[in-house]
Amino acid sequence: MQIVAALRQRLERLGAGVTSHVWRLGFASRFLAYLVVHSGTALRRFRLTIAEIYFAGVLSLIIILVSGLFVGMVLALQGYDTLQRFGASESLGVLVALSLVRELGPVVAGLLFASRAGSAITAEIGLMKATEQLSAMEMMAVDPVARVVAPRFWGGVISMPLLAALFSAMGIFGGYLVGVQLIGVDAGAFWSQMQAAVDLRNDIVNGIIKSVVFGIAVTWIAVFEGYDAPPTAEGVSRATTRTVVTSSLAILALDFVLTALMFTGGGHGQ
Amino acid sequence: MNRSAIDLWVGIFVAAGLAGLLFLALKVGNLASFNTAPAYQVYAKFANIGGLKARAPVKSAGVVIGRVADIRFDNESYEALVAINLDAAYQFPRDTTAKILTSGILGEQYIGLEAGGDGVMLKNGDRLRLTQSAVVLENLISQFLFSKAAEPAKEPAK
Amino acid sequence: MLRDINLKIARGSVVGIMGQSGCGKTTLLRIIMGAYLPSGGTARVLGELTGKLDREGLYRMRRKMGMLFQFGALFTDMSVYENVAFPLREHAELPDDLLRDLVLLKLQAVGLRGAARLMPTELSGGMARRVALARSIALDPQLILYDEPFTGLDPISFGVIARLIRELNDSLGATSIIVTHDVQEALGVVDYVYFMAAGRVIAQGTPAEIRASSEPFVNQFVNGKSEGPVPFHYPAPDYGADLEPAAA
Repeated sequence: MQIVAALRQRLERLGAGVTSHVWRLGFASRFLAYLVVHSGTALRRFRLTIAEIYFAGVLSLIIILVSGLFVGMVLALQGYDTLQRFGASESLGVLVALSLVRELGPVVAGLLFASRAGSAITAEIGLMKATEQLSAMEMMAVDPVARVVAPRFWGGVISMPLLAALFSAMGIFGGYLVGVQLIGVDAGAFWSQMQAAVDLRNDIVNGIIKSVVFGIAVTWIAVFEGYDAPPTAEGVSRATTRTVVTSSLAILALDFVLTALMFTGGGHGQ
Repeated sequence: MNRSAIDLWVGIFVAAGLAGLLFLALKVGNLASFNTAPAYQVYAKFANIGGLKARAPVKSAGVVIGRVADIRFDNESYEALVAINLDAAYQFPRDTTAKILTSGILGEQYIGLEAGGDGVMLKNGDRLRLTQSAVVLENLISQFLFSKAAEPAKEPAK
Repeated sequence: MLRDINLKIARGSVVGIMGQSGCGKTTLLRIIMGAYLPSGGTARVLGELTGKLDREGLYRMRRKMGMLFQFGALFTDMSVYENVAFPLREHAELPDDLLRDLVLLKLQAVGLRGAARLMPTELSGGMARRVALARSIALDPQLILYDEPFTGLDPISFGVIARLIRELNDSLGATSIIVTHDVQEALGVVDYVYFMAAGRVIAQGTPAEIRASSEPFVNQFVNGKSEGPVPFHYPAPDYGADLEPAAA
């Protein structure tokens, strides 16, 4: 009997956990819908959004550019080591470009964006809530979602694809530095093979679509966690951690789904 | 940080991001080479296309002159019907041969065109009559095994 | 939370709502500002029943109200000037020079015109609250709400805030409601007091009447006695019984 009771308790806890997560997801979706509907202010007074592009995008530039450069350089080193065993070191450009444009650009830029900009957005909104700044706005008949949350959301959504593109471009430049300048792969082969193998529609546009989706996911999670945070110091710090963890997982899971949709089975014929 | 400085930085950021996208599109993806050039479409039937995929390159003498546009199954002849987009700059005789070839031993497959001697050139909608199917590795291996099995064998092949 | 509440607040007066922490003062305040709706009964604020208002109506009503939050709730990413300008920018399309005049006028009223360029982090607690006060009167409200305006202030800042509450109320022709547990200080400012305990009003009257009240709870509260109807000890089982098991 005790085992049955213990089992029952476990199942109940599992059920409660699932229910609360689904409830939260529904709540977050309604929040997103409300946010998008009330984005008029953020788009009409675009200066509000520009300020948030500055905080989410410009302030993330350094970390994105430096990481992109190093990721590209490491890719070139590792890729060359493997490719030259098969006598295919001219394909280094293809390897570096495809890895970056299809996967690493959107994913790593997204992860960096989540921890640099996403956490900052959550902390900022959470603190504004904890110090009653959002209530004060509400009391001044100003909708805090329209005035505070929406500009941050759009600022993040606009910044993310640009950051991912810069990450990829910087990474390819890093790959060129190591591959061509340092190792001595032929520059012509490096670029021409890359150009022959990288397709605009299937590789680059799909990479951009990924970065847009990641941008929406990360910023959505960040603003929701901030807005939903318990108005205490501990609540805000937990929400900030949750933003980074949840959005990192969301990026990786979404990446799998998008890759499955984009790069397999989508082709004609075989 | 005052307003105009923020505006300036956001302007720089957006311009740099767009430049990055342009770099990817032009320098990495080579937007210019095969999306804007005018093309004409011809068809070819193959008994077996092996691993050929849409967008695979079409080459003649090793030069990329077009792309595979579409692959479908022809339910009357039970063959694969491949649509090929050829760059309008390149004209080929009507009796040109299309072969499905493989780059390297295990590389991707492409269509190779070998020009014939006919005086009439291919035009949009024509069909290439002379084709050679893909070499399927499994068939090669089984041929090899059968020929081995036909010899007096020490070990019976499975 | 609240039961048997019946408040009538006359136009032009400064009214205090007092009581212990957790007695329902803040809930009452949220009902007045329309953040909560009464589950029974009605709240009529500035002539409108809050329960009947949609979001637009609520916002229209709040435009006629100002609220001073406990710790000011200044926007930390804006300067003092921008904080006071905020409600004006959001609700009125004013030319820049008129906006400037209005903001400086409000800051002058709280004596902080010189601090216009400072950021909220550079202000002392009392100054921050004065700036917040300037912000909450930016739209010339008919009703000003104060949530614990005296908490954590030194005596000088307290005196300044108390003076401002009275001055602004009279010069704007507004009505003020002060929610506080700083009874002694607040009694010097208000015209009329409602005394709350456990979700209901237990006493009301002018400050003089409250001071002289024989109601034991009010007496304990006003004089700050540690023993009275509110016991020193939180309810607990018998002390001896609680110690026994450990000893055994």
